[in-house]
Amino acid sequence: MRHWFLTGLALLALAMAQTQAADFSVVSAGIQPKMVKIYGAGGIRGLEGYQSGFLISGEGHILTVWSYVLDTDYITVTLDDGRKYQGEIVGADPRLEIAILKIETDGLESFKLSEAVSISPGARILTFSNLFKIATGDEPNSVLHGIVAATTPLNARRGAFKTTYKGPVYVLDAITNNPGAAGGALTTRNGELAGLLGKELRNSQNGTWLNYAVPIHELTDAVEDILAGRTRPRSLDEDAIRPDVPHTLKSLGIRMVPDVLAKTPPFVDSVSAGSEAEKKGIRPDDLILYVNDRRIDSCATLNNELELVDQIDDVTLVIHRDDELIEVVLQGQ
Amino acid sequence: MIASSRTFRLVVTLACCWITTIAVAQPLDVPADVLASQAKRIAAIKKASASTVMVFANEGKGGGSGVLISPDGYALSNYHVVQPAGTAMKCAINDGKLYDAILVSIDPVGDVALIKLLGRNDFPYAKLEDSDLVRVGDWCFAVGNPFLLATDFNPTVTYGIVSGVHRYQYPAGTLLEYADCIQTDASINPGNSGGPLFNENGDLIGINGRGSFEKRGRVNVGVGYAISINQIKHFMGFLHSGRILDHATLGATVSTDENGNVIISNISESSDAYRRGLRYGDQLLAFGGRNITTVNGFKNVLGIYPRGWRVPLSFLHEGERIDTFVRLTGVHSPEELLARVQPNRQQPPAPMPENPDQPDTPPPGEKPTPKPPQKEEAKLPAAVQPFFTARRGYANFHFNKLNQNRVWNTYVQQTKPEEMKGDWILRGKLGNLGDATITLTETRVDADLPQGKAFAVLDNDLGQQEAPRGSGGLLVALHMWKLIQQTGITQFGDVYYLGSMPTPKHEQKQDVLVATHSVIECRFYFSPDTGLLTSMEMYPDLGVDPCEIYFSEYESVNGRMLPRQLEVIHGDTIYGELLLEDLEFNTNGGAE
Repeated sequence: MRHWFLTGLALLALAMAQTQAADFSVVSAGIQPKMVKIYGAGGIRGLEGYQSGFLISGEGHILTVWSYVLDTDYITVTLDDGRKYQGEIVGADPRLEIAILKIETDGLESFKLSEAVSISPGARILTFSNLFKIATGDEPNSVLHGIVAATTPLNARRGAFKTTYKGPVYVLDAITNNPGAAGGALTTRNGELAGLLGKELRNSQNGTWLNYAVPIHELTDAVEDILAGRTRPRSLDEDAIRPDVPHTLKSLGIRMVPDVLAKTPPFVDSVSAGSEAEKKGIRPDDLILYVNDRRIDSCATLNNELELVDQIDDVTLVIHRDDELIEVVLQGQ
Repeated sequence: MIASSRTFRLVVTLACCWITTIAVAQPLDVPADVLASQAKRIAAIKKASASTVMVFANEGKGGGSGVLISPDGYALSNYHVVQPAGTAMKCAINDGKLYDAILVSIDPVGDVALIKLLGRNDFPYAKLEDSDLVRVGDWCFAVGNPFLLATDFNPTVTYGIVSGVHRYQYPAGTLLEYADCIQTDASINPGNSGGPLFNENGDLIGINGRGSFEKRGRVNVGVGYAISINQIKHFMGFLHSGRILDHATLGATVSTDENGNVIISNISESSDAYRRGLRYGDQLLAFGGRNITTVNGFKNVLGIYPRGWRVPLSFLHEGERIDTFVRLTGVHSPEELLARVQPNRQQPPAPMPENPDQPDTPPPGEKPTPKPPQKEEAKLPAAVQPFFTARRGYANFHFNKLNQNRVWNTYVQQTKPEEMKGDWILRGKLGNLGDATITLTETRVDADLPQGKAFAVLDNDLGQQEAPRGSGGLLVALHMWKLIQQTGITQFGDVYYLGSMPTPKHEQKQDVLVATHSVIECRFYFSPDTGLLTSMEMYPDLGVDPCEIYFSEYESVNGRMLPRQLEVIHGDTIYGELLLEDLEFNTNGGAE
């Protein structure tokens, strides 16, 4: 009898825990220590030099969006308590438009990506970001509330929105996608991580801005790959095996822009007539982002990476052209 | 085609209703706490909407929102709402009536204005909350007149949460600075300006007035800001003074060093902070009762106090912690401020420059249009004319006079100073040092003190006489005290009501009259509870520490309240405590 009574009480308590929503102010206070402010390149002509991000490990790994803000050697990361660190890029996935930064510290509060949840239209949400750079130092991120209005693939809007990410997004009724909000966290009303606030997107046809977040589940594999070093250029490893006859740009028929900077962006300058590259449709001004799933950040890295591919093997390139990502397979000889 | 389409829609709608009716034939089983929560929200919105004011400028010059804060019609709004409206405006509330309203005071730096609705003494009004208790994530809602939609006098309600607190938003030039403000995602649109932001109970936490937009156009994009009601509470007495209010500077600027400490990066030697020992390179620890960890944090504190307040400051100087009070000076000189807010009211009209190429010539478009002095009363609606007095430097002098009289008359009723004519002789003890006798005549003040004799000659330059030594001019200060008692505020010299502020010895805000006689500026502080004089400051010169006298231990003597204890302070040191045993005054030879 007593046993049943206790079980009943326990069930009742469980039911109450599920229906009773936590106070937003308590939820907010719990999330803030996991949020960071990111400062980098920009600050001219309407390009803001700041964005948001959040900690995904206690050792200082930060998930954020891949953008021009990170296109500098001096990325500053400010923690919720005001401490400042230099952020290093661990890796990025331009296809998903995400990047992972690392700061040299530990013992931090963080989100666990494995505990992220999926949410449905109608779910009440909170967003955390440093939109408009309102907060500085130890001031907390801004919190906005709203609901998920729809879940839809972004490519349904192809042409209207210029984006390389084509996967599903949560469309929000809260006006979250303001300058600097990208990289912020989308959580449930109880503070469970659900999404990453996307980059600013403006409909090129009617001028409206889209408020959306990318579901964390779309990102977890890529994050794991980046953290495991699987997107890291192999040429960075000293003991990488080097074939006797590797591919070269010349043998593929590609000529890059002159390599004049420390990190010259790997843009194609011209393509030789009759070459494999021409056959597969590579064009001048294509930006090469990946060679065989390894991230390329400069002309030098491209050369080094090709030196590790035997000329008899295929080379898979991911190319950025007109806000589209194109995969091209160049055949080995 | 249109008709048939309408018919079709109607049929579909009816069908839907029918389906719905079937579906909810059973009463909905809504949890009791949801119903209670809904009822609470409805009640809060109802209460809050009643005190919300819709401001319509005369002659269709825009408008905005406001909120009533007293039954006799005082209402808060934004400076940028009332500025184009001028001195008189029409205001509606949701009782469906339109009221005449008059401008009382403006705070152009804080973007606040106080107006008064006329015609009732039982207006619904909002309760002022403690906005320092507001937390990020709290529900809140804005009520107001966005896009001036409320032509039916029913305000618009927009619900949201608090997105941030203690936010700092930079001023435009030196005006419209939003310090220590509340950020919300409740929709704040043009026309919401000046209107209230309420907490979920419908109590007032802020005045909406600004948003972040950048490339998004001037409609809400989820980031609105409200001036915290606690900032406005600091200004409340000042806002009733009818003046054009200024905000404060410390006389020093700060920056963050590489360790994240907030450090003095520049300091003016004429500032009170400098006299209190603050120097270049010192580290700020606390200001206005808050720990200071960022430059924004410092600006937040500075932005919530009126010019002239004394605010606690703690800093590290050469490793030593110093806790003191500093007097805050103005962001602008009075003339600068006037030029910014009333550029076309310059009196006399600015003379035309001899050489138009001189660098001090205002650029085209900013040149103040020289206009003859305007007779503003003449243009006002008849209903508001009795509530307006034009005077240079004031938004509406009528309200200054009103408060001067309120403060002085309350004081006079209890102290009957008009009977204290002739010479005065104060007898008592200076602390435990010994006997003290001070004789005040029309031409001199003579003191026989334990430390020796001292005197002040009243036809000499009063600003040069700081006797007795170390007091900062106690004898001249006592003379000023006697003089204002005998002459009252109409004969003393230039007198105005400053507002109300705390002193280092009074946490409760005291009403302040500023009175200038000859070149000497005095500030008289009166208790709002008793109406009695609690302290005075006498400034021999505005760049030096005043002589401060704190009056206490009032006793009724012959039906007149008299202080028994006068504590004298100059700068950081206590000069002494004058314990009064006897005050003799000489018209009828009576001693008390």
